[in-house]
Amino acid sequence: MTETLTQSAVPAGPRARWTYLDKILSRPGPFTDPDAFVPGTIESVERAKILVIGAGGLGCEILKNLALSGFKDIHVIDMDTIDVSNLNRQFLFRAADVGSYKAEVAARFVEKRVKGVKITPYCGKIQDKDEEYYMQFAMIVCGLDSIEARRWINATLVGMVDGENPDSLKPLIDGGTEGFKGQARVILPTMTSCIECQLDMHAPRAAVPLCTLATIPRQPQHCIEWAHIIAWEEHRKDITLDTDDPEHITWLYTQALARAQEFNIPGVTYAMTQGVVKNIIPAIASTNAIVAAACCNEAFKLSSNANPFLGYPGTPNYMMYTGDESVYTYTFEHQKKDDCPVCGADTVARPIEIPANATLRDFVDLLAERPEAQLKKPSIRTGEKSLYIQSLADLERQTRGNLDKEMSDLVEEGEEMVVTDKAFPTQFKYKAVFSK
Amino acid sequence: MADLPPPVQGPTAKEKKYDRQLRLWGAHGQIALENAHILLVISGPGVVGVETLKNLVLPGIGNFTIQDSTVVSEADLGVNFFLEEEHLGGYRAEHTCNLLKELNPDVNGNFITEPIDTWLSNPDALAPYTLILATAPIKSEYLSKLSVHANTALIPLFYVHSIGFYSHFSVHLPPAFPVVDSHPSPESITDLRLLKPWPELIEYATQKTMNLEGMSADDHGHVPFVAILLYHLEQWKKEHNGQVPQNYKDKTAFRDIVSKAARANNPEGGEENFDEAVAAVLKSLNPPEPSSTVKDIFKAPESLLIRQDSPSFWVIANAIGLFYTKYGVLPVPGSVPDMKARSADYIELQNVYKSKARKDLAEVLDSVRFLERNANRSTTIKEKDVETFCKNAAHIKLVRGRPFPVVPTEGEVKWGDRAKAMAQKLTFPDDLVPLYIAFLAWDKFVATHDQDALLGAPKVPGASESDIESDTEKVKGMALHIATQLTKEASISLDDEDSSALGQQLEEFSGELVRAGGAELHNISAVTGGTVSQEIIKVITEQYVPVDNTCIFDGVKSKMAVFRV
Ligand SMILES: [Zn+2]
Repeated sequence: MTETLTQSAVPAGPRARWTYLDKILSRPGPFTDPDAFVPGTIESVERAKILVIGAGGLGCEILKNLALSGFKDIHVIDMDTIDVSNLNRQFLFRAADVGSYKAEVAARFVEKRVKGVKITPYCGKIQDKDEEYYMQFAMIVCGLDSIEARRWINATLVGMVDGENPDSLKPLIDGGTEGFKGQARVILPTMTSCIECQLDMHAPRAAVPLCTLATIPRQPQHCIEWAHIIAWEEHRKDITLDTDDPEHITWLYTQALARAQEFNIPGVTYAMTQGVVKNIIPAIASTNAIVAAACCNEAFKLSSNANPFLGYPGTPNYMMYTGDESVYTYTFEHQKKDDCPVCGADTVARPIEIPANATLRDFVDLLAERPEAQLKKPSIRTGEKSLYIQSLADLERQTRGNLDKEMSDLVEEGEEMVVTDKAFPTQFKYKAVFSK
Repeated sequence: MADLPPPVQGPTAKEKKYDRQLRLWGAHGQIALENAHILLVISGPGVVGVETLKNLVLPGIGNFTIQDSTVVSEADLGVNFFLEEEHLGGYRAEHTCNLLKELNPDVNGNFITEPIDTWLSNPDALAPYTLILATAPIKSEYLSKLSVHANTALIPLFYVHSIGFYSHFSVHLPPAFPVVDSHPSPESITDLRLLKPWPELIEYATQKTMNLEGMSADDHGHVPFVAILLYHLEQWKKEHNGQVPQNYKDKTAFRDIVSKAARANNPEGGEENFDEAVAAVLKSLNPPEPSSTVKDIFKAPESLLIRQDSPSFWVIANAIGLFYTKYGVLPVPGSVPDMKARSADYIELQNVYKSKARKDLAEVLDSVRFLERNANRSTTIKEKDVETFCKNAAHIKLVRGRPFPVVPTEGEVKWGDRAKAMAQKLTFPDDLVPLYIAFLAWDKFVATHDQDALLGAPKVPGASESDIESDTEKVKGMALHIATQLTKEASISLDDEDSSALGQQLEEFSGELVRAGGAELHNISAVTGGTVSQEIIKVITEQYVPVDNTCIFDGVKSKMAVFRV
């Protein structure tokens, strides 16, 4: 039997398992920086404590990739539990794991498969943790589907940077996917363009105006949104809508279908109802694999200096990927914005254009829609007064009256407004520019 | 109990599990995946192949088979996620196959541990597979054999390298690989035919714009923009000898007219429907001329001559070609974007487009049936397929698959009709063609260094510390030689500056490849396994547009490039 077997020559010893990795770590290449790369040292990777945010489609891939890149001390945060629709791509989970915490199951699985790696899970929100917690990591790799969570960790990491202490600068490597598209980016907080600087590259979907839903629906999605926003409120106000409850989705579907029939609109289906009310983004294993591994490749290069990494100041920091029509990447340097509310100079307020006759309520809606703002629950103050405060119920009642006032009656042209939103540990400064 | 509403058909267990992907390729794409059987041929670390399979097992590929006669070593455990300590000394194909199968109970996995030389000498060895994936290093005689099989059996063949920070794949598709369901971006599919309206559409516009000036504010603000544009086009034609706006200047002038027709004396200070009309002018006022790629399909020899055994794609292409010859346009696709309008007006407009689309479809279908009878075809093409084709006619794609170069043990790489295009790319500053040349040189090294004591395991450059320098020199020399032969075959000569820049690139790329000593980095194999699996899904489902035919990933600079070899 043995004569049919072939086996590559492998040195014995404790590093035998890392034969391949050590080839790269022990030899300089034509692009390695001789000042930064020390051939033969594996400690820089093994000792780097690294945090993974998200244990979903990207997170599963990231944990596997980091463990097989020689990282030994990995932490992972995720608040979600496993759903059956995760199983087509989140490969660390099995049907029997449905309902368990993702971070917990993912960590145990990778620990079992890759001997010698320690993975510490935390099943909860990133907002539960403070600066001291984030300070312990060498870098952070993010695989999230929520823009809000990304903005939160970004603002937190920017806020942690202390010029006196080089260890306070935590590189942030962020991946995101949607269908066949995705991106990988590296951020050196305060030094290079941050998530907030790049916010307008990820514009939110335009919302359908309420009056269209209420009076002139034309698309099946309009009928579903009507059922979701208006009919539920009318008929089942006392029941909290749970988009994971099949009975609730079925009710919305039946309502939407009836409304569609009334207006002769074809095309309402159960799957579409689910897609609209849960805001489902198509997701597949292959795109997750590409984006997660691109992120981990940067994490490995950052730790080992085995080759130059994305995000070094003055060089490309962003790789955009599209795979539906052939394969296309665009790797470029996204420039830091001087008026970035998170990493820009403190004193700079961003000009924001407001229609002259807009009310404060219109302005609040505008803050949610504008790609560079995307603030869903803003509280707005000027140097003089509080225009609208949502963070406390009492203050909300007191300031609610302002909502119907015109902006030009509340602020002067060019006057600075400070906007806060509970979702973000930072303030956003704007100055009003009235358009005619 | 009589008042219970009719039961709602909720999703099946399978629809739940595959929900996020069915939203991309639909139930028919899923069926195609389930009918596929993929063969993976491995001899080196092979992680790039295993990662590819992982991304195919998860979405539910029907069958896969791994051919690999290697036994599990310690080194495998540091790079392959689908092996465990207890598998040391066992067959890699067997254990990897079993761990992959755990990912999805719906998938059948098989393995072959017989060495490739004896296994491949069986004439029926490749018969069961609908797609083959081979990873480097592989002896050129075996890769050639796979290539010949892909040619005769008309099945896709992928060849993949993942070496250190670099990777490459090439795909050999059948000579005619059509894609009907190309999923163009929603912005690019609107075809409103505003410059070639048919009577019912004109009638609709006339009706909706009757007494436009005298309309109440609410009515005026709800006239669909399609009607607004058609109305103003009629006015324009009256003042321009019956001509529609011809050029950019005309169109901007026309746009100003439409813009001025909006009412601003309302509480909103403008009208959304007019904003939509203004925004649509430059996009929609173009003659509905099909692209040259589509017209080329009508002129393809397979379309011009329909035989008894012609694939249905060509029969439909011929029928739509006839339609185009007769009317100078493609069948109306029939979809209408959302726009500010009252429900009933919008639905009515939708029906105007839909019934025109049905009429065009009926005419194409008649031609299809005529062609079928004439060619004496035994099976009838489904009406649904003709309908899909009509809907997507402006965006159908045809990939002319071709074999990729296999580096021969002796003699030169042959480029044929691609020589000129490839040689020209050698001097583009940021192109990755030189890296592709370096991969070919790597293959040449493997092809000429396969004799070692361990029963034909291929020797890869940089495997042992002591040979790094000499191997780098060799690979660089081979790369320079291949590049020189390419320029010769293309009858192109590089000036000194280009030559020395190319020489430096080849030296750097060869150096980085040899540095790896045949090692796969898990990250690079995972990126590449992601890309290759995505391409395999496109090819199997015949949806989206596949890479034609070579893709390179540079993990040092974090970018990809696609070109045709
Ligand atoms: Zn910033």
